[in-house]
Amino acid sequence: MTAVREEQAAVPSAPATGMIRRRLNLRYLGLIIVILAAAALPLAASSFVTFQVTEVMIYGLAILGLNLLTGFNGQFSLGHSAFYGIGAYTTAILMHNYDVAYYWTIPAAGGVCFVIGFLFGLPALRLQNLYLALATFALANAMPQILKFHALESWTGGVQGLSVDQPDPPGFLPIDSDQWLYYLTFGVILVMFVAAACLIRSRSGRAIMAIRDHPIAATAMGINSSLYKTLTFGVSAFYTGVAGALGALAVAFVAPDSFTIFLSISFLVGLVIGGVGSIPGSLFGGLFVLYVPNIANSLSTGLAGAIYGVILLIVIFVMPSGAAGFVRFAAGWLARLRQS
Amino acid sequence: MELLLQQVMAGLANGAIYACMALAVVMIFQAIDHLNFAQGEMAMFSTFIAWQLIAWGFPFWVAFVLTVAFSFVAGVLIDRVLFRPVQNAPILSQIVAFIALFSILNSSAGQIWDYTIKSFPTPFGHEPLFGGTLIDTHEAGMIGVTLAMLGLLYLFFRGTRLGLAMRAAAANPESARLVGIRVGWMTALGWGMAAAIGAVAGMLIAPIVFLDPNMMLGVLLYGFAGAVLGGLTSPGGAVAGGFAVGVIENLAGTFIPYIGRELKLTIALVLIVIVLMFRPSGVFGRRVVSRV
Amino acid sequence: MKQITRRSILKAGTGALAFATPLLSVRIARAKDYGPGVTDKEIKLGNTGPYSGPASSYSAVPKSQVAYWKMINDQGGINGRMINFISYDDGYTPPKTVEMVRKLVEEDQVLLVASPLGTPTNSAIWHYMNQKKVPQLFVATGATKWDDPKGHPWTIGWQPNYQSEGRIYATYILKEKPTGKIGVLYQNDDFGKDYLKGVKDGLGDKASMIIVEATYETTDPTVDSQVVDMKAKGVDVFVNTAIPKFAAQAIRKAAEIGWKPLHILSSIGNSVGATLKPAGFENAKDIVSDFYLKDPSDPKWKDDAGFKTWVAFMDKYMPDADKSDAGNIAGSSLAAMTAQVLKQCGDELTRENVMKQAANLHDVTVPMLLPGITANTSPTDFAPLKEVQMGKFDGTRWNLFGDLLKGAVG
Repeated sequence: MTAVREEQAAVPSAPATGMIRRRLNLRYLGLIIVILAAAALPLAASSFVTFQVTEVMIYGLAILGLNLLTGFNGQFSLGHSAFYGIGAYTTAILMHNYDVAYYWTIPAAGGVCFVIGFLFGLPALRLQNLYLALATFALANAMPQILKFHALESWTGGVQGLSVDQPDPPGFLPIDSDQWLYYLTFGVILVMFVAAACLIRSRSGRAIMAIRDHPIAATAMGINSSLYKTLTFGVSAFYTGVAGALGALAVAFVAPDSFTIFLSISFLVGLVIGGVGSIPGSLFGGLFVLYVPNIANSLSTGLAGAIYGVILLIVIFVMPSGAAGFVRFAAGWLARLRQS
Repeated sequence: MELLLQQVMAGLANGAIYACMALAVVMIFQAIDHLNFAQGEMAMFSTFIAWQLIAWGFPFWVAFVLTVAFSFVAGVLIDRVLFRPVQNAPILSQIVAFIALFSILNSSAGQIWDYTIKSFPTPFGHEPLFGGTLIDTHEAGMIGVTLAMLGLLYLFFRGTRLGLAMRAAAANPESARLVGIRVGWMTALGWGMAAAIGAVAGMLIAPIVFLDPNMMLGVLLYGFAGAVLGGLTSPGGAVAGGFAVGVIENLAGTFIPYIGRELKLTIALVLIVIVLMFRPSGVFGRRVVSRV
Repeated sequence: MKQITRRSILKAGTGALAFATPLLSVRIARAKDYGPGVTDKEIKLGNTGPYSGPASSYSAVPKSQVAYWKMINDQGGINGRMINFISYDDGYTPPKTVEMVRKLVEEDQVLLVASPLGTPTNSAIWHYMNQKKVPQLFVATGATKWDDPKGHPWTIGWQPNYQSEGRIYATYILKEKPTGKIGVLYQNDDFGKDYLKGVKDGLGDKASMIIVEATYETTDPTVDSQVVDMKAKGVDVFVNTAIPKFAAQAIRKAAEIGWKPLHILSSIGNSVGATLKPAGFENAKDIVSDFYLKDPSDPKWKDDAGFKTWVAFMDKYMPDADKSDAGNIAGSSLAAMTAQVLKQCGDELTRENVMKQAANLHDVTVPMLLPGITANTSPTDFAPLKEVQMGKFDGTRWNLFGDLLKGAVG
C-alpha cells in the first residue's frame, strides 16, 4: 500500500511524516474495528452464523498455510488437504482413543503436521513446479486411501470415521459451545496471523520471498535455500494442520471423504481469489470458499457446479490478482485521483 | 507366470487409456506451457456430443469426424474467450480458470445427459485378439490409434513449417513475434489440437469404461502421472509413461501383498515420485537450462 | 323464586355455553399441535444430497424427491398443507452436510430432515440430530448402524441394510455351491466394506471360502484387472457388489475372458437398463441378484398398477430423466414413505409425533416396492425394509424366485 512505500522512501519531511502517521493510524484503527466487530459477532448473531464464520476463519487459516508455501515461497502444492486431514485426524484420534483434552490436541496436530511437512519438503527440493504439483497431488490422493486402510482401522475408524466431542465452554463463562469454539478459533487465528505477518516482515521472510522470486540469485547471496524451503514446508503444514484440528472440533466428525483432492483444489481457489502472497487475503479466500458454493447452490441445485465455475471465471477476469491485488489496485487508483 | 503376463497385458490395455490422455495433456503443455486441468472434462464432453450424434442416427464415422471438428473449434474458442483474458495473469490464476472450466463442463454434462452410464460403440469390436484372452481388438485398436496419433504429431512438429512455428511460439513468444509468427493464433491452434486429441482419446476410452460425466476423473489423474513420468516435454515419453503407469499399477495391485490391494494408486504415485527424484524432468524429458 | 321461563332457560343455556366454549376450544387447539416449520398451510422439510462432486451420480435421489413433493403439492398437499421441501447440496462431504443440516434446523426451521444421502454424511450429523431432537427420517443409505432406537431415537433407517444382503448371498452360496471358491469385488468405502462383512458373517466358519477380496475406487477407470486376477486364481463364485459402472465392466470383462462363475450381483448394480444393457445381455445370462424395488426396464411390470403410477409421475414431473437410473426409484419411494408418516400425523405435527408415527408403520407400501414387501417399524425396530427377493437373469429379464428373504442383522 502507498503508506508502506512512503515508509521505505528517503527521510520524509515534517508534514509528510504527519501524513504517514495519520495513514498508519487509520490502518491500525481499521484493524482494531474489525477485530472488535469479530469479537462481538457471536453475541449478536445466531448460532448458525457463528458456526459459519468459525468455518470461514478455519479455512482462512488453512489457506494462509498454503499461502506461506505457494504464495510467499513459490512452491506449488496441491496436497494441503492431506495436512488438513492429518491435523483433523490427530485431534480426533487423540480425543477418541486417548482421552486427551481438546486444547492439547491443537498444538499436537500442528506439531505432527510440521514434522510431516518438513519430511515431505526434503524430496520436494528436487522437484520444480508441475513435478512438485504431481508429488503433492499424489500426497492428497494417498491420504483418503491411507485413512481407509484396514490395518489402521482401529485408530482411524476406517471408512466410518470418528466422531469428536464438541468442546464445552469453561464453566465460568456464560456462553454456549458454538460461541466458545468461535472465540477459541478467533484467538488461535489472531495469534497465528500476527505470527505469519511477523515472519514475513523479518529477515527469514525476505529470504523466503527471495527464493520465490530469484532462486539462483538467492542462493548466490548466501541464503540456505534448501533449509528455508523445507522449513517453510513444515511451517505451512503446521498452519494447515492447526486449521484441520480446529475443523475437526467445529464439525465434530472426521471421515476420509472429508479430505479429498477436491479440498486441496478449494484451498487453491481460495488462495488465488484472496490474493497470492497476501495474509489478509487468505481470510477473504476462506469466505469465498465457504459461501460461494452455497450461493451457486441456491441459484440452481442441478447446475450448481456450472454456476460456481462461471462465478469463478468472472472473479478471475475482474480480479486476476485476487482480492488483495484488487484492493492494491483500487488504493493506487484512488491515490492517483487524489493527487490529480 | 501366466498371471504375470495377463496382468501386464491388462496393464498395457489400461495404460493405453492413460497414454491417450497423457498425449493430449502434453500437447496442450507444449502449446501453452501449463497443464490444463479441464482436459479430461473437455474430452468427456466431446465424447457425449459424439454419443448424442450417434443417438440421433448419424453413422459412427460421421459422428466421429464431426465431433473432432467441433472439438477443434471449441478448443480454439475456449482459448480466445477463456484463456486470453487471463493470459497475463499469474500462473495460479490461470489454473483457477481451468478449474472453473472443469466445474462448468462436468456439471453441464451431468445436467444434460444424466449420470447413468452409456455404452459407446467401437469400430474395432470387442473380440479377443488372436483368439487368446489377453487383449481384445478394441484395446489393440486403441494402442494402434494412440501410436498413430503420436507419429502424426511427430511429423507435424518436426516436418512442417506450421509445427515449427508452434514450437517457436511456445518456447519463446517474444522472439517468435519478432520473426513474424502470430503467437496468439499459434496458441489457439495448440488448444484446438489438444481438444481434438482429447476428443479422440475420449471416444477410444468410452467403449471400455462406459460413458458418464465422471468418466475422466481418474483417467486424467493417471494421464497426468504418466505424462509427468515420461517428461512433459516429450510426447513419446508421455505415451510411454502412460503405459508404464498402467502396468505399474496393475502389478502393484496384484503382487504386493497386504497393502497392494487397497493402496495401489498410492503405490503407483509414490513410485513415480521416486523416479522423479532421480530424473526431475521425467524419464524422457529434457533438462531445461535457463540463463541466470 | 324466579320463574323458569323459556327465556331464562335460554339465557342459562347460552351462559353455560359461553362458559364452556373456551374450554372446548382449548381442547381443539391442543389437537392441532405444531412443531417448528409447520403452519396451517405449510410444512417445511429439509434434505441434503450430492448434487455435485464425485458422488454426483447419486444426484437422482434428491432430485426425484424434489419432483415427488411437487406432485404431492399439485395433488393438494398433505392434509391440506403444502410441503416446502428444502434440499441442499452437500457434495458428499461431511463438513458441508453438517453446515447444511445446521442451516436447515437452525435457520430454515424445518420440521424434520428427510433422507439425507450417504453413510459418512449421515454419520456426521447423527449426534447433532439426536441432541437437537430433530427427526432424521429414512436415511438414504444401507448401513446397519441406523437401526438403533435406544441410542439414537431420532434416526431411522430405510432400505435392507448391506450386511443383511451380504448374509443372504452367503446363505445362497452355501446352498448352491458349498465347495466354491469365492471372490468379492467391493468398493473401498463404507457400503462396500459392509457388504463384505455381511458375506463373511453369513459364511460363518466357512469364511475361508473367500479367496480373493478385490477393491476398487470410484476414480479407477476399470476393474478389468481385478476380474482377470479372480479368474487366474480359480474363483468360481463371484460376488459383485459394485455400482453399475463397474458392475457392467466386470460382467463384460468376465465374458470376454471366457470366465463363467456363479455370478451374484448386488441390488445396487442390478438394473437392466443401467447395468445389464451396457454390459451386454448375453454376457449377463444366469446372473443372480436380490431385489426390493421394481426395475423399470423390466417389461414384467408393464401392467402393474404401482409401476404405472410411478411412470406417470416420472413422465409428468421428470420427463427428461433417465428412468433406468435407480436413484429416481429410490428417491420417489423415500418421499412416498415420508408422505405416509406425515399423513399419519394428522394435525399433530410435532417432531415427537413424527418419530412416533415413523416407529409405527404397519405393512406400508409404496408403488415401486416389490409385491409382498412392505415397510414395518416399531419402537424397538427402526429398520423399515428388511426383505428382499432373489432373481435370476435369463438374457432378457429378471425372473424372481423363492420366498422373501430376511438377512437378520441389527
